[in-house]
Amino acid sequence: MNIFAGIGRATLTLLAQIGRLTQFTGRTLAAIVSRPFYGRLLGQQIMRIGYFSLPVVGLTALSTGAVLALQIYLGGNRYGAEAIVPQIVVLGITRELGPVIAGLMVAGRVSAAIAAEIGTMRVTEQIDALTTLATNPLKYLVVPRLVAAVLTMPLLTAVGDSIGVFGGYLVSTYDLGFTGSIYLKNTVDFAKTEDITSGLIKAAVFGFIVALMGCYNGFNSKGGAQGVGAATTNAVVSASILILAADFVLTAVLFHK
Amino acid sequence: MTAKIELIGVKKRFGPKVVLDGIDLVIDKQSSTVIIGGSGTGKSVCIKCILGILTPDEGTILIDGQDVTRLKGARRDPLMKKFGMLFQGGALFDSLPVWENVAFGLIQGRGMERRKARDVAIQKLAKVGLTADVAYLSPSELSGGMQKRVGLARAIAADPEIIFFDEPTTGLDPIMADIINELIVSTVKDVGATTLSITHDMASARKISDRIAMLYKGKLVWQGPTSQIDNSGNEFVDQFIHGRAVGPIKMEVRG
Repeated sequence: MNIFAGIGRATLTLLAQIGRLTQFTGRTLAAIVSRPFYGRLLGQQIMRIGYFSLPVVGLTALSTGAVLALQIYLGGNRYGAEAIVPQIVVLGITRELGPVIAGLMVAGRVSAAIAAEIGTMRVTEQIDALTTLATNPLKYLVVPRLVAAVLTMPLLTAVGDSIGVFGGYLVSTYDLGFTGSIYLKNTVDFAKTEDITSGLIKAAVFGFIVALMGCYNGFNSKGGAQGVGAATTNAVVSASILILAADFVLTAVLFHK
Repeated sequence: MTAKIELIGVKKRFGPKVVLDGIDLVIDKQSSTVIIGGSGTGKSVCIKCILGILTPDEGTILIDGQDVTRLKGARRDPLMKKFGMLFQGGALFDSLPVWENVAFGLIQGRGMERRKARDVAIQKLAKVGLTADVAYLSPSELSGGMQKRVGLARAIAADPEIIFFDEPTTGLDPIMADIINELIVSTVKDVGATTLSITHDMASARKISDRIAMLYKGKLVWQGPTSQIDNSGNEFVDQFIHGRAVGPIKMEVRG
């Protein structure tokens, strides 16, 4: 009986959590389309979420592109299909690895930072202070972060895609014996617009998830330092899991034939 | 006198724990009321219900005769402009310099131009005894007493009609506590505001209030003029103001 009670409790807790998250998302979306708009804060968040994530996303994309080229070459070599490296690198990076790696990197960097910042504001009553100063905390804290993440993630991914393809190009031309001009021609000829746009759509959704999880967990943190620490961990873990789940759903929807 | 704030049968519980159990309280215009009581008796919850940060489960809250108990969102905005609040820990925004903290309600809440708001902030800082050079510091660079002063300057910046003080002297040495009490009395008189404070510091309560109400186990067990607190005839009040371990008040060690 205790096992069933435990399962029941866990299910109810999960449903309550989903309900709270849905409510939070709904209230945030309503706040996006109502005045006032904090343009100055949006600009700050675009810099923090987008611009300052460029090094980590760029470095990861470069490494991923290079490793991908090497693995495809070694795998293709078994069937005499080494020449397919540029095509698979561009396909893998733009459709899948570019947005997912960028999403996970930004989840680690940004979700954690947002949850820690808003969580600290919660436990030090700064969010209550916003309310007493006639300022809606959702509009002031959540909306700029959410909009900035949705706007900047596709841009970050586009830059990451380019750097990833460049990583594959470097390894292929310096180590695997490809001619640079032919590698680039094969890349450009093979890549379709939908490969790139699908990745950018995914990136926008991942940006939404990253910011939402950071804000939601920060907003609902309790207690002191331990509560903020738990909120930070939950933000990164939940954002990462949701990114992977959303990636599967989006791939199924975008490439469904 | 007109009632500025009126609480009628306000109840609030968190799960099985009843925090407010039918609070009835009338606060007159331009009066200064202090709610005293031990830690965890629901003093902060009471203020948060009036501010709309928490919604009571039952009862009615009237401000200037208007029922604001369940007023939410944009409909609450005009009401929030009547309020100022000094938080226990200051609750200063650490991402903003001191002057922007003080001017926050003017810029964000009232749309005042930044330069003008900065001038007002510096004037308000002067009122609480802080010089203009403090305006450009970060809150983390200030001592506890200075943070309270900045919090007070923020609370009065927009000349609110009602100011709430949450444990205004907690964590301060007795001299700084008295300075803050003096500042509260003088600035509130200047602004002409109605105030509601919560504290367990009796020296502070005596200094800043006209009336005192005592909260115990979610109920107001006594309320009356500050001058009568020593002759209240209430055993809860007597035990609390004399700080006796023995008496009807039992300290809960578990919530």
